[in-house]
Amino acid sequence: MEMTEFCIRAESLVRDAALGYDQKVRRLAALAAETIEYPALSDDCREALDKRVICDMYEGNVPFTPRYVLPDYALAMTNGSAHLELDAPTTLAEALSFLQIMYAHVPSVTTYPVYLGDLDRLLEPFVDGVTDAELDRALRLFWIGLDRMLPDAFVHTDVGPHDGRVVRAILRVERSLRQVVPNITLRVDPTITPDDLVYDAVTTVFQTGKPHFVNHPMMVADLGEAYAAVSCYNSLKVGGGAHTLVRLNLKEAVLRHTGGIDAFLDETLPHYIELTAELAEARIRSLVEQQHFYDTHWLATEGLISIDRFSAMFGIYGLAEAVNLLMAYDGLTGRYGHDAAADSMSYRITQRTAELVAARPMPYCQGGGGHCYLHSQSGIDLDRDVTAGTRIPVGEEPSMLDHITTCAPHHRLFTAGISDVFHVDDTALRNPQAIVDIIRGAFTTGMRDFTFNLDSNEFIRITGYLVRKSDLVDIDTRGARHSSDYLAAGSENAYHLTQRTPKRIGCNERDPRPGH
Amino acid sequence: MSATHGLVTDTISFSSVDGPGNRFVVFLQGCNFNCVACHNPYTINVCNDCGDCIATCGSGALAFGPEGTVVWDESVCDGTDTCLATCAWDATPKARVREVSDLLVAIRRAAPFLSGITVSGGEATQQDAFVRSLFTAVKADPRLAHLTCFVDSNGAACRAVWTGLLPVMNGAMIDLKCLDPEIHLAMTGQPNDQVLDSIRYLDAVDRLYEVRLLLLPGVNDGPHLLRRTAAWLADINPTMRVKLIGFRPHGVRPTDLALIEPTAEQMAGYAAIFGESALFSVCCV
Repeated sequence: MEMTEFCIRAESLVRDAALGYDQKVRRLAALAAETIEYPALSDDCREALDKRVICDMYEGNVPFTPRYVLPDYALAMTNGSAHLELDAPTTLAEALSFLQIMYAHVPSVTTYPVYLGDLDRLLEPFVDGVTDAELDRALRLFWIGLDRMLPDAFVHTDVGPHDGRVVRAILRVERSLRQVVPNITLRVDPTITPDDLVYDAVTTVFQTGKPHFVNHPMMVADLGEAYAAVSCYNSLKVGGGAHTLVRLNLKEAVLRHTGGIDAFLDETLPHYIELTAELAEARIRSLVEQQHFYDTHWLATEGLISIDRFSAMFGIYGLAEAVNLLMAYDGLTGRYGHDAAADSMSYRITQRTAELVAARPMPYCQGGGGHCYLHSQSGIDLDRDVTAGTRIPVGEEPSMLDHITTCAPHHRLFTAGISDVFHVDDTALRNPQAIVDIIRGAFTTGMRDFTFNLDSNEFIRITGYLVRKSDLVDIDTRGARHSSDYLAAGSENAYHLTQRTPKRIGCNERDPRPGH
Repeated sequence: MSATHGLVTDTISFSSVDGPGNRFVVFLQGCNFNCVACHNPYTINVCNDCGDCIATCGSGALAFGPEGTVVWDESVCDGTDTCLATCAWDATPKARVREVSDLLVAIRRAAPFLSGITVSGGEATQQDAFVRSLFTAVKADPRLAHLTCFVDSNGAACRAVWTGLLPVMNGAMIDLKCLDPEIHLAMTGQPNDQVLDSIRYLDAVDRLYEVRLLLLPGVNDGPHLLRRTAAWLADINPTMRVKLIGFRPHGVRPTDLALIEPTAEQMAGYAAIFGESALFSVCCV
């Protein structure tokens, strides 16, 4: 970047009346990082990145923090922290204070922690002798603090699969406060999680669009007991995380392909997967070998994260457009989600992708057995005319049963998450059990994780994270308290989501590029 | 129709408005009522093969078959329902004779996501032998045995219909159009004595899931009438589920009666009446 451009962008940032002080500081820092030279890439990789066939999520030229960090909060609360000069907590008040302090020191590309811990499990040992009313009061203050001090919709906590007083209190507080932060995932194990808890969660969905639901046995089989869904529905190992997230636009790959599906799977797909992997490797090596994050950060030196539990995320998106284009190349008209041949082609593409990613060794990715985790990436605000992840395009969704049976076969492949969104209308409000039934069925059918969007809700899910419709009004002049609202406003400009029935829309999980 | 074949208007895999939980719904063609406020009047009669809809169909999906009956080709139908708008006989050319075994295939696909199945209509009890066969087959299938079997009915069925269904039916949702016989006759073209008897009987045998009242302002929503209705229902079971449904004009045929939607205040008034006299579980829709 030329110095003149840097100055112009910096000046426009500091003078932007719609940005708060904190947001200006963060964007200035991101702008400064753009002046550092990008890690060395091959010409092919550089060109694919510039044309956005492959994408680094605009994390910044050189990563100096892992994208997703999942500290082992339970270990910290057992041992205390020398770095933070904190003793192990012994009461509920101390536990909540301990966590709040720790959150201020957990790094992330958004600058806010993407994982708050499994708050039910962390707090359950401290609630003996605390009445439900006292617990609700304490959690309510804590919850308000999260939303005000960590104003970013990627801030995420996990609860379940076990029932308990704390998870029930969390759902009660959620329903009464109706905040954007924190995002919540409920782990569901059909043999452990009572229907009654899932029902309670469904009534919470009706109020706030949260929680997200994950298939606990499937996650445990892939990641072990210590995992969590964080940020915009990325499932990773606790005590670890993801160095980075790179993604491949399958639609763009197909547009650069001539020939049929077989040639795509044999030649074009492997080519672009290798370029995506090269990008991941360059970024990982920069973080680990140049910035020495894991040698120096306090979470690592106190054993609360370990590089052995990290990997990188390999995302794909635009499957729907890729399939529809390849069908058209073969002279066929069938569309993904509506045609058996198109669906079958989609399964071949994801299966082949999974095989190729699993066969590509990746340094410092012991968490993934020396390979990237596969992820169905749900989009960013700059995406146009391309469908998130492996989803069926907005407005083309078939009936919910067909929708689920089309998407379910992809789910087992995407260890790091594949958040499908199901749209439900207001009739379900009077019959939460109907949604409980669908959740049970979806997991029986092999789905990994999904979420519900409700017609009339004030909350709109920009796939993973939530915004309140009212927060988007006049954001250009008035600004917003949640940093994620600015990303949603970008999607709003593209999709006009406040003017239409809120259905599924593109997602924005990216570090806002400064000065844009 | 027979025990193994039914005349089916349509099916839907997932419904959250036809009984408890998520349900597969089978709509059966043909109804013994002719309600002024019917939301799907094309389900009332069985197609008489007049062929009027063949002329107006824009997609070429309708034609006379070799036996002179109107035949529908689903694969070219564009779903604009011009046929339904054309039909002066309150029927549809799209209802089909389907076998129990054919429905079971569709139900099995949805089964992991369901609490149960509901047979609706038209009027389900008009094809009671088929309903009984369907429910019996569901109960006998190990993959489906967990599903509850419900009937959505106008209640105008004789006692023998219910006793026949009893061994395989888990619950019934009964519409009570009006407690007053005169108004009931004006609204439906039929008396209500069988309806009242069905409600009494189904409650006695523990199969009454809920009673539904479709309320039309100025027609069947007088406060005195509603109090009498509440008292009559409370006498049968003071804790029953009562669903109060405000009239909506969607799908309703032109009528001499002035049909209007109740306001939110009117709905609240109805709910208050049903809430004051018994321990009903009242739900307003």
